[in-house]
Amino acid sequence: MTTTRTKQANDRWNWLWEWANPVKFMSLSARALPWVTAITVVTLVVGLVWGFFFTPEAAKFGSSVKIIYVHVPSAMMAINIWVMMLVASLIWLVRRHHVSALAAKAAALVGVVMTVIALITGAIWGEPMWGTYWAWDPRLTSFLVLFLFYLGYMALWAAIEDPDTAADLTSVLAIVGSVFALLSRYAVNFWNQGLHQGASLSLDAEENVSDVYWQPLVICLVGFVALFVLLLLVRTRTEVRKRRVHALEMRERMSDA
Amino acid sequence: MPDLGKYAGAVVTSWAATLVLVAALIAITWWQSARARRKLDAAEARRKER
Amino acid sequence: MIALLMRDLRLSVRAGGGFGLGLAFFLIVTVLVPFGVGPEAEILARIAPGILWVGALLACLLSLDRIFQLDFEDGSLDLLATAPVPMEGAVAIKALAHWLVTGLPLTLAAPLFGGLMSMQAPGHWWMFVTLLLGTPALSMIGAFGAALTVGLKRGGLLLSLLVLPLYVPTLIFGAEAAARGMAGLANSTPLLMVAGITAGSVALLPFAAAAALRINLR
Repeated sequence: MTTTRTKQANDRWNWLWEWANPVKFMSLSARALPWVTAITVVTLVVGLVWGFFFTPEAAKFGSSVKIIYVHVPSAMMAINIWVMMLVASLIWLVRRHHVSALAAKAAALVGVVMTVIALITGAIWGEPMWGTYWAWDPRLTSFLVLFLFYLGYMALWAAIEDPDTAADLTSVLAIVGSVFALLSRYAVNFWNQGLHQGASLSLDAEENVSDVYWQPLVICLVGFVALFVLLLLVRTRTEVRKRRVHALEMRERMSDA
Repeated sequence: MPDLGKYAGAVVTSWAATLVLVAALIAITWWQSARARRKLDAAEARRKER
Repeated sequence: MIALLMRDLRLSVRAGGGFGLGLAFFLIVTVLVPFGVGPEAEILARIAPGILWVGALLACLLSLDRIFQLDFEDGSLDLLATAPVPMEGAVAIKALAHWLVTGLPLTLAAPLFGGLMSMQAPGHWWMFVTLLLGTPALSMIGAFGAALTVGLKRGGLLLSLLVLPLYVPTLIFGAEAAARGMAGLANSTPLLMVAGITAGSVALLPFAAAAALRINLR
């Protein structure tokens, strides 16, 4: 009973696991790349141009509301990329698919850049709104901590020579780090609650955002996700190639010796 | 260019910062990808020579 | 397991590592801060819990790389891996040994050093309580970080980069509990959170650390 069910489940998810085989991954991703590129360019251009040129000024924010189109998508991606790295790490630890580990490695730089963008645009936005570039506001602080987690993760990848050991150890770090990142989020909320009331400034509460701003924002969000997928595919392909070069070089050295 | 009023500086700098960072990310991704491809081609060629 | 604990304690005392060094570092930090911010008793008393917590945390960090490094180099870690004691237990014992030679002395010294920071009466007690609850988590998290970096030649700096973000929640709740206690406010929530983090770390992190060690020993 259970075996048939797992088998059925396996059949249903086969299309997904095909991506886990490096050779299959290379051919599948090569076919997907033009599509992803097209979606990325279209959504980003439409969303950003709409957001920048064709949105009215908001009563409370003036034209500074336009910052939302770069700030919110980058902030969302900063968190989602970490979640994606966690899932990829788990898949690597459980099923030992190399592509999964390499995808987690490839995503980290994108994640760190998104975190930096969210921090910078948040600081620039904060100056006219709160009168200061930096406040130890819970959200800002959590992102700073997330930035540190990304740095540690990338540093660990860079420090370990053996690729499989590096993949294992960074995966363990991603899991433990996720727990502590979540804890930090609550700790930071507790530590400095209510200095800035989040709801009036945070624009993810939908009632605060009218459709005029919401529609281009959604397109920008889709554009940033597409951009991430595009970069992830290219960067993972790079990692797969690097791994292959490494393997070939090892073989050469073996035959030379 | 829309009239950005008194927040022009903030809007333009944050957008510029975002675009520069994303462009840098794309550039470095591109460069790394090209380099890995070159190296792999070279390694495969060496393997065929033997 | 007790033999392992005794051995670790003996080694760390004899090697003169953590025990004195961490404490001396803690003292120096506490002495340097007034030089930096000025001698006004009011300001010092206000920032004392935070400074003492950060000082204790950094002092704890100093000796982390010694938890596994020496054993890794002389091969006794391989012996531990094949020993009848499960790796998780060995890791927990080693973290305990680290706590006994660094965390515990820091906890005992903090109320005294609080005097240097013009700390007022209930503050000393709360420093002692919060550090007592929090430093085991620092040792255990540190042991996990040390397990990740044990195979690396220059892991010290990387270890700090990995461990310090993990220390954030413990530090926030610990310092908050101490500060609220000192000011006479209710602090049972942060206190419970510190205790919870310690309990969770001690219960779960040995598994993660043991997994990391096995990967490194492979």
